[in-house]
Amino acid sequence: MSLSVEAVLARPGFTLDVAFESAGGVTALFGRSGAGKSTIAGLLAGLVRPDRGRIALDDEVLVDRAAGIFVPPHRRRIGCVFQDGRLFPHLSVRQNLLYGAWFQRHKAPGKPLADIVDLLGIAQLLERRPATLSGGEKQRVAIGRALLMAPRLLVLDEPLAALDQARKDEILPYLERLRDEMRLPMVYVSHSRDEVVRLADRLVVIEGGQVMASGPIGAVMSRFDLGGGPEPGAVLAATVGTIDPAHELATLDFPGGRLTVPAGRLAVGQSLRVQLRARDVAIATTRPEGVSILNVLPTTIIDMADAGPTAVGVRLDCGGTILVAQITRLSAESLKLAPGKPVHALIKSVSFDRPPAE
Amino acid sequence: MPLLTPLEAEAFGLSLRVGVWSTVASLPPALGVAWLLARGRFRGRMLLSALIHLPLVLPPVVTGYVLLLLFGRHGPIGAWLEDWFGLVFAFRWTGAALAAGVMGFPLVVRALQLSIEAVEPGLEQAASTLGARPSMVFLTVTLPLMLPGLLAGALLGFAKSLGEFGATITFVSNIPGETRTLPIAIYSLLQVPGTDAAVVRLSLLSVAISVAAVLGSELAARRLRRRTAGA
Repeated sequence: MSLSVEAVLARPGFTLDVAFESAGGVTALFGRSGAGKSTIAGLLAGLVRPDRGRIALDDEVLVDRAAGIFVPPHRRRIGCVFQDGRLFPHLSVRQNLLYGAWFQRHKAPGKPLADIVDLLGIAQLLERRPATLSGGEKQRVAIGRALLMAPRLLVLDEPLAALDQARKDEILPYLERLRDEMRLPMVYVSHSRDEVVRLADRLVVIEGGQVMASGPIGAVMSRFDLGGGPEPGAVLAATVGTIDPAHELATLDFPGGRLTVPAGRLAVGQSLRVQLRARDVAIATTRPEGVSILNVLPTTIIDMADAGPTAVGVRLDCGGTILVAQITRLSAESLKLAPGKPVHALIKSVSFDRPPAE
Repeated sequence: MPLLTPLEAEAFGLSLRVGVWSTVASLPPALGVAWLLARGRFRGRMLLSALIHLPLVLPPVVTGYVLLLLFGRHGPIGAWLEDWFGLVFAFRWTGAALAAGVMGFPLVVRALQLSIEAVEPGLEQAASTLGARPSMVFLTVTLPLMLPGLLAGALLGFAKSLGEFGATITFVSNIPGETRTLPIAIYSLLQVPGTDAAVVRLSLLSVAISVAAVLGSELAARRLRRRTAGA
């Protein structure tokens, strides 16, 4: 899958001018509300026409204003999941699920209803009406409806924003399964750092209708110069190496190093995504003795940038993986930190994806 | 003694026929116009709206006269319809239905427009992203969701057509058994002394039909709403 977007759209009091690409996987559009993320989702779906620009999905040009091309939404085969679900109130859950599949039946062989119903755990809802579903159930049905039309691309516009944390935790594992098992390309619009870190491979930061940064999630998340962007942190793909049952600890291997974390429900061989927030990483110039911190990693300073009036952001190379630390400018000066200097990264806390509940 | 004299029964039956036909025939164009006004973005939308609402503000006699000019046997549209389809409106019950339909049209369009506007556009957008082309979006989403409003609009048009008087009598006159609907029959009886009982009977009949129509539409709309709400 390849998606390329270039669009300019002027509305009273708001101008959108964006360009970005995606080569598959999950591309997150991250930004505050009102930044223009949902407008971009509308552009992809064909619900919004740009004033100028070009949008292409694989070999098909969906929009090219200069050439007078505009493919209407019903011919795009781009699945959409909206914040408010938008289930059809006059149809049962089953009829909602099959709505798109019926229109696409000649164009693309879809997955069987049973598979999707299984994947999303909605078998017991099939004969109900949308009005009787909880918020989380509605969103799962909305996701199922979009999947059953056999989409080339799934666009999710703040699908979890209207839900409480418990419902979010209920749905996120399903989205991870779509990413990992169905390998469905997704554009995921969100203002939640946690969702983005869990799901996205690529991150596009949108601010005031402009693209502020775009690239692999690790690279974008390690930047300190994105004022309105996500809080800096490292995002690592790790696998569980060993488990020490005596201490209830597990080791996580990632390219360039190893972390020790509480074992929880982790299993050996499981792969997961780990994030280390910059403010949870401290720096020592010599290997510290007699500290309680378990994770001390040898690294080299790549570069440094101001992160506010008192703080400095430091990017560290840990055997090829980028880690980031946020420390005070005073510490940076007294430790004489400079690019190229070898230092130790002290990791105070590690947060990682909840392992899927069995 | 029978409830109605043959003449009265004739007026009653004719009114029902005129009401049903005017309603059935005006619904599809009313639906189209209502959709254009509710969802269309085009130049001349205001003009269309004004044109549609004309029968509401014009004296009915003027509307009837315009119909006579256009749809009379020598009128441009009337002559064409007679030549090509053998359809004659002048001084026929079909003309009464046409007059009733035209007079009720703005009310029906208004009711349908409101009920289309009440359908969440986000649902129509969702349907289009799922692969439904605009006509299918209308048939599978907009139309089912506006059904209560559609029903209410249809019954409003029906009730209105039962009471239509001015345009009908101007356009198709007062011909017993052909164009003498209930209100025209009542008017005719009033011209003759000693027909008070008949006038009261026909008036009560009119009231009964109208009340039944309004109640029926309320009940049906409530049932439909309950179904879409899923409660």
